[in-house]
Amino acid sequence: MTDKIFSKEEWLGGLEALRKTYGVFVPVKDGDFHTFMPFDKGNIPDFDYQNSRLSPKSVVYPQSERLFEYTLDKADSEADIVKESPKDYSPRAVVGIRPCDVQAFQIVKRNFDNPEYRDPWWVQHFESTTLVGLGCNEPCSTCFCTEVGGGPFNQEGLDVLIFDMGETYLLRGLTDKGEALLGKITGGSPADDQALKNAEDLAASASKKITSSIPTDKLKEKVTNDLFNAPFWEEIAFACLNCGTCTFLCPTCWCFDIQDEVLGKEGDRIRNWDSCMFPLFTLHGSGHNPRDNKFQRVRQRFMHKLKYYVDKYDNGVQCSGCGRCVRYCPVNIDIREVCNLMNNY
Amino acid sequence: MLKYAEKIKETALKLFNENRVDTFIGYKKGSVPMMNEPVFVTDPDKVDQLYWDSFCGLNLCNYLTKRTDKIGIVANGCNSRNIVTHIIENQIKREQIYIVGIPCEGMIDHRAVMRAVKYKEILNVQENGDKFLVKGADFEETFEKEKFLQGNCATCTHRNPVIYDEILGDPVEEQTGVDPFKDVKKIEEMDPAKKQAFFTRLISRCIRCYACRNSCPLCYCPTCFVDESTPQWVGKSSDPTDTMTFHFLRAYHCAGRCTDCGACERVCPMGISMRQFTKKLNKDCQDLFSWEAGLTLDQRPPLDVYKPDDYNDFIK
Repeated sequence: MTDKIFSKEEWLGGLEALRKTYGVFVPVKDGDFHTFMPFDKGNIPDFDYQNSRLSPKSVVYPQSERLFEYTLDKADSEADIVKESPKDYSPRAVVGIRPCDVQAFQIVKRNFDNPEYRDPWWVQHFESTTLVGLGCNEPCSTCFCTEVGGGPFNQEGLDVLIFDMGETYLLRGLTDKGEALLGKITGGSPADDQALKNAEDLAASASKKITSSIPTDKLKEKVTNDLFNAPFWEEIAFACLNCGTCTFLCPTCWCFDIQDEVLGKEGDRIRNWDSCMFPLFTLHGSGHNPRDNKFQRVRQRFMHKLKYYVDKYDNGVQCSGCGRCVRYCPVNIDIREVCNLMNNY
Repeated sequence: MLKYAEKIKETALKLFNENRVDTFIGYKKGSVPMMNEPVFVTDPDKVDQLYWDSFCGLNLCNYLTKRTDKIGIVANGCNSRNIVTHIIENQIKREQIYIVGIPCEGMIDHRAVMRAVKYKEILNVQENGDKFLVKGADFEETFEKEKFLQGNCATCTHRNPVIYDEILGDPVEEQTGVDPFKDVKKIEEMDPAKKQAFFTRLISRCIRCYACRNSCPLCYCPTCFVDESTPQWVGKSSDPTDTMTFHFLRAYHCAGRCTDCGACERVCPMGISMRQFTKKLNKDCQDLFSWEAGLTLDQRPPLDVYKPDDYNDFIK
C-alpha cells in the first residue's frame, strides 16, 4: 500500500500522462450535472462535484453494446454465421468514481461473475478497468452508503483511493492494478504520519455527515410471501410513472434485453439496458404479462433489491446507497421509506 | 401557493364526509426539497397528508385515466385543461370527478434554483408569499419566485382552472402580452440543416427512460408504439435515429392536445427541453386552427375532427 501526496496541479498533469496507457474516464460538467466521459481535449475533468447524474456503470456495462454480428447475404460464404463483434478491452481508468459506485460494481459482480455463471463481456470490461475512487468529503443528505455496508471513504473494490485534502490530494494505492497506475505518475511525495492522520480524520468526519438511517437488519428473516403480499405496495406504487429513471440511474441495476437489428443484409445482436419498470420487460410471447400492473412492477424492483438479492447472495442488499433514485425519481418515491416499511413489516 | 394546502385538506375531508368521493388525488410533501409526491387518499383520517406549494409541477390528470371510482382531484389551470381533454377523449367521465380548482401562481423551476445556488446541496426550501428561502449546510438565500418560474408557467395565459366544481380562492389575473413561442420562432427561422443539428443536440443526452412520455396525461395508449414488439416499430438501443423517432412521434401524438403543462420537462432526469417539439405543434394549432387544447368540452381537438363545411380548400 503506497500513500503519496500530490499537489492538485501535479495530479492533473499526471492524469494527462495516464492517457498514454489508459482510456481515462473523468467526471465532466455537462450542463446542470456531471457525467463520466473520456478525458480528452473537449472534456475537462471537474472533481468539484457530489456525484454524477448517471452512475459510471456504463463504462463497464454500456447502455447498448454490440455483442455479435452477421450477414444474411447468401452470396457470402459465411452467411448466417453469428460472429462475435470486435471489442475494446484496452486498459481503462475511471478516475474520481465515488466509493458507493465502486461498491455497486462489487454488487453487480455477484450477478455477472460467480461460480455458476460468467458474463464474458462484463467481466472482461471490468477486469480491464482500474477504479480510482475519490472519497466523499461532503456526502449528500440523500446518501446512505454507511447503512448498506459502505462508507464515503470505503476502500473495498477500489484500486486507488483519493483523499481531497484541500490544497493537495493524498493517493492510496490499494491493489496491484492501483499501484501500477500510480507508478505511471511522476512527482508526488510520500505521505507522512500527520498527512495520514489528517486523511483518517477526514474519512471519519465524512461518515458522521450521513444522517439517513435505513435499517436492513430484519429483511433476511422476513418470509418472502409475507412481504410480497404486504398491503403497502399499491400505495407505494400509486405515484409511480413506470419510467426507467430509477433503474437507468442506478449503479446496481443490471437487467438487460438482447435485440437483433438488421439493416439490408447486415445484422447486429445488441445488448441493451432494460428496466423492470417497463411492461415489455416481462411480456411473454403468448401475450400474457405476469406483471401487467404497475404495482407489481414497483414491487418487483424493491423486492429484488431488498429481499430476493438478500436471500440469494446473503451479502447485504442490492443497493449501495448512492441516493440517485431518491434525488431523481420524478415523483419522489423514496427507497429509504420503502426499505423502512419492508424492514419493519 | 402554500395557502391552498390547508384548504385542500378541508375540502377533501368535506367531500369524504358528504360521501361525494371514494378517492381524493392530490400531492403530499416530498421527502427531498422541491419535490412533492402524488398521493391518493381513500381514508378521511389521512387527509392531513395533502399538501400544495410551488413545486407541484406534475400533471395529476395522469392518474385519472380509466378509473372507475368517484374521485376528487386538485387541478390548477393546465391540469384542468388536461382533465377537459381526458373527458373529451373518454378517459374519464365528468360526473365521476369532483374538481377542486386552484388559481395557480406558477410553479418554481427547481433546476433554476439549483443553478442560482451554484449547485450547492439544498437542504430546505420555504415558500413565503412571492419569495422563497433556500437553505443549505452553509448558506441561506432568499429569491423572488417570479424570476424562477418554470418556462411554461412564465408564459402561461390559463392559470385559472377552466373547469371545476369548487375553487379554492379568487381567480388570479391572467397574464397578457406574453409570447410563449419566442424560442419556437427562432427555430422556425433556421434552415433544415441547422434545425436537424439543433434537435439532434437537444436530445443527445436522452437515455430512453420514457419519463417524459409517462408523466404526460395524453399518453395512455394500451401499448405505446415504442413498446410494440410484433412487429417492432422502433429500435431499443441508444441509436440516435431511434431516439429521434421516439421524440418526434411522441410529440406528434400530442399535436392539438398538449396544454404545455411542462410535466415532461420537469421529470426528465437528463434535463432535456422536449417542449421545443410540442410547443411548435401548439403554435401550428394556434396559427392554423385558432386552437388551444383543453379550453372547452364542446369541441374535439383539431386533428381528430372532420367537418364537411370546413373553410379550407383541401377538404372540398
